[in-house]
Amino acid sequence: MKQFDYVRPATVAEAVAAAAQPGAVYLAAGTNLLDLMKGGVSRPDRLVDVTHLDGLDRIERLADGGVRIGVLVSNADLAHDADFAKSYPAVAEALLSGASAQLRNAATVGGNLLQRTRCAYFYDTASRCNKREAGSGCDARDGENRTHAVLGWSENCIATHPSDFCVPLVALDAIVEIEGRNGRREIALDELHRLPGDTPERETAFEPGDLVVAVRLPAAARGFAARARYLKVRDRTSYAFAVVSAAAALRIENGKIAEARLALGGVAAKPWRARAAEDVLRNVAPTVDAFQEAARRALADAKPSGDNAFKIELARRIVVRALSLAVAGTPARIPALPASPFASTSGAIHA
Amino acid sequence: MNHSISLTVNGARREFVLEDPRVTLLDLLRERLHLTGTKKGCDRGQCGACTILVDGKRINSCLALAISHDGADILTIEGVARGDQLHPVQAAFIAHDGFQCGFCTPGQIMSAIGMMSEAQAGNDPERVRECMSGNLCRCGAYAGIVDAVLDAQAGMDESNQRRSA
Repeated sequence: MKQFDYVRPATVAEAVAAAAQPGAVYLAAGTNLLDLMKGGVSRPDRLVDVTHLDGLDRIERLADGGVRIGVLVSNADLAHDADFAKSYPAVAEALLSGASAQLRNAATVGGNLLQRTRCAYFYDTASRCNKREAGSGCDARDGENRTHAVLGWSENCIATHPSDFCVPLVALDAIVEIEGRNGRREIALDELHRLPGDTPERETAFEPGDLVVAVRLPAAARGFAARARYLKVRDRTSYAFAVVSAAAALRIENGKIAEARLALGGVAAKPWRARAAEDVLRNVAPTVDAFQEAARRALADAKPSGDNAFKIELARRIVVRALSLAVAGTPARIPALPASPFASTSGAIHA
Repeated sequence: MNHSISLTVNGARREFVLEDPRVTLLDLLRERLHLTGTKKGCDRGQCGACTILVDGKRINSCLALAISHDGADILTIEGVARGDQLHPVQAAFIAHDGFQCGFCTPGQIMSAIGMMSEAQAGNDPERVRECMSGNLCRCGAYAGIVDAVLDAQAGMDESNQRRSA
């Protein structure tokens, strides 16, 4: 690991000033960053430790019916907050389907949003990677790429964003509050992560020094609590990243879908909101036929980036199944295997 | 630049001067305090052999910078027994052959102790397996590990009932 300076700012303003310097990065729990530093993938000159800042570790119910999640709330504390899990069950299920209990205890909300891709070529410093070293090439393109992107990729980068948490968040219109050199601003989570295009090294809409201070869910997100699920296919039953995942949330009125929310994980460089699929589900009965049409729309622009054509059909089936699970209703308790298609309490008939 | 931190380790307050900020909690425990029960397996947060409790919660000590944990209360495998009296989870691992080579065992036991205080798994073997998935055992002693954790959990439930009766 390269030598670095360690800075522990006392205020958010001090943190932003310290992190705006070239070569500086924020440190929260470090569960992803330290791993990257040990492998020489990240080589920061300065770590700005925000874990001791006050007031960033709270879950606040807002007067307007929304919720504000401090950036330092741990993945475990958020998933196990009874009121939060009841109001946003797909978010809690996604959190509990990610990583291991030890990692969820440490890993923060902000770190989850800003974690890096698990593309093996990004991690292997002997390989070419346009994300790690701009302009060097992409060895994933002709390499082992069965888990790589099928949506929004470019010839320069076919990596995926690995977060589970972000998938239901983006479906529920989450907003990211940012403190920067020019004060406070906020953006939709959907606009935080960038698609690779010609600049895969630029992964987010951030400017130097920008610090996420909170993630907010608007009041409307709570309206899906009765029918919201996260479903995740992975190469092993637990403690693995998604090959493909989906968050599905429905509001049913008079036997018809009043509003649908759908997002996919493991398919692109960002959590993938499927708005065209949501549109075809408005004001129709929640039938398997309707879900199949939604799945077709969600993957209409998908194309393989390598040995991963199977992910497109898999994603369609996961969409249908996640919607089927959602319409069946949020279970009273998160299944023993959160988000798993093998969960014994899944209650779904395979579509 | 030197950094001073203080930690409570297995009940005792300890002061450290870190000449280098790169030291993890895992390396601090093993190299500075010679508490080598906490194992370095993968050193990348994948195997769970380095599991300790920090402020009562189980984490991977290999992915935690010591300097960032100034003031933390740490419990390692060396701190769970009371003299010669084993912690109930330790006793259950012996009773159920919850190990073969033993390398992952301190991490498994610390993870199980942390899991029981999280109170998410109860007596459901499927939930226990899921909640312990962050601890790999390359000997494959999983059946014994799950039995040991369930047994220790049942013992804890029983003693809690006795206490409240």
